[in-house]
Amino acid sequence: MDEELYKENILDHYKNPRNYGEIENPDISYFDTNPLCGDELQLQIKVKDGKADDVKFKGKGCSISQASASMLTEMIQGKDMEEIKKIGKKEILDAVGLQLGPSRIKCALLSLKVLKAGAYGLKTEDEDEE
Amino acid sequence: MIETFKPEDIINIRKDFPIFNNFDKLNGKKLIYLDSAATSQKPSVVIDALHSFYSKSNANVHRGIYTLSEEATIKYEEAHKKVAGFINAKSFREIVFVRNTTEAINLVAYSWGRKNIGKGDVIILSQMEHHSNIVPWQLLAREKGAVIKYTEIDDKGKLRIDKLENHLKEKVKLVAITQMSNVLGTINPVKEITSMAHKAGATVLIDGAQGVPHEPTDVQDIGCDFYAFSGHKMLGPTGIGVLYGKKELLNDMPPFLGGGDMIKSVSFEEARWNDLPWKFEAGTPAIAEGIALGSAIDYLKSLGMAKVKNYEKELAIYAMDKLRDVDSIEIYGPPAGERGGIISFNLKDVHPHDVASVLSSENIAIRAGHHCAQPLHDRLGVTASSRASFYIYNTIDEIDALVNGLKKARKIYG
Repeated sequence: MDEELYKENILDHYKNPRNYGEIENPDISYFDTNPLCGDELQLQIKVKDGKADDVKFKGKGCSISQASASMLTEMIQGKDMEEIKKIGKKEILDAVGLQLGPSRIKCALLSLKVLKAGAYGLKTEDEDEE
Repeated sequence: MIETFKPEDIINIRKDFPIFNNFDKLNGKKLIYLDSAATSQKPSVVIDALHSFYSKSNANVHRGIYTLSEEATIKYEEAHKKVAGFINAKSFREIVFVRNTTEAINLVAYSWGRKNIGKGDVIILSQMEHHSNIVPWQLLAREKGAVIKYTEIDDKGKLRIDKLENHLKEKVKLVAITQMSNVLGTINPVKEITSMAHKAGATVLIDGAQGVPHEPTDVQDIGCDFYAFSGHKMLGPTGIGVLYGKKELLNDMPPFLGGGDMIKSVSFEEARWNDLPWKFEAGTPAIAEGIALGSAIDYLKSLGMAKVKNYEKELAIYAMDKLRDVDSIEIYGPPAGERGGIISFNLKDVHPHDVASVLSSENIAIRAGHHCAQPLHDRLGVTASSRASFYIYNTIDEIDALVNGLKKARKIYG
């Protein structure tokens, strides 16, 4: 798997994160961490007419956690909130596009965990992330 | 002359470890294993001991009258004696087999701690402890209303003896401290600490998880009351660890777990405890693992622990020097020459997971994370670090490969 890790895509999102920053008066704002490795992520959404009008993230951590967050913001930008709720593990992992071991899957899915908790108050259990 | 291994000795040692032959072809790259502080690799003699026990000697211990069971019992008790000899305990009765260091410390916290620690009593730990030498005491302190004091470290990762002295002026019942930090590689002066603590009237537990595997260890010379370590970090199997305790203390302590083999007699009303160490070994123990730990000790003894210690020190000195070639690397802990074979570091602005993944692509195994020492990482001001740790089978060439891998990571992440 590992040569793939440097896939240009991941490194590009890591080094040039999309939608990085904060929104003034967001409708949704949620922060969470991966306690084991210290990845941190804040995701904010401004909702207008039931759509994610503006999306921003901020965080620090490994390339996979931050790149997956960057990708996720692109994925949901402008989308209907109901559609956003349908985004699951598969969509994130497909976007990341790497074969990840169990510990790094958690890095990739931190963005989804924050989205789910923030967007509709759903806390995912760890076993959910296998 | 300093006793150490020559390059040809290491070639021979490596031949004793099947994993270095089996995994040579992964990614077409040789396995470079730099995570022995997490768990060591196992030599054939240990693997064979497990196989041989189950193929030729398997029976329960302390139970059967038949020959096989008696043989298993003798072998299992002999393993206790080998451990006692290895750390210079007075008697095998002071050697309790447990699962690992964690269980050994929990045993002391639960049994000795509950009996001896009360409200307002002080337990002294240090800022460099592994979670296994923190959490059991936090549980005990919460239950009893005791107070935990963490002896500070200085900016080089060394224990502040002056701070320890201050803490010892309080109502101290226990000092529990690691022999070698599993993150910083700091080697603590455990003999001096023990003597200071005893003068203050405190009992002393040494976490030897990174001690016994890497240097000659003499519990009577240290003078500590308890000493805990794991088999799997010293070439032995997982599932077997050791608690050494002075006989007077172990005799005075209530059992940890109740069940079979820890009693002399049981009636419906009460039970009489078995002799040491069996009083603390309830239920069928890890028999094969215990015997195989004995084989690991035989192997280490044949190499010579002084050589083990000196060789690892040489590797650490070499690595500390070479690692400076990597741009923007921050290395934690004491200077080369004053540390064991553990080096934790961070590449500036690269997450340790990314460092570990780049190294993994070179088939180099290091640890990335907080190494079960989160409070220490807080003290260092970082959330995580990368750690390379060495043992008898590692070579100078492998350290060069580590440095090259880190340079590659530096290049990829800029």
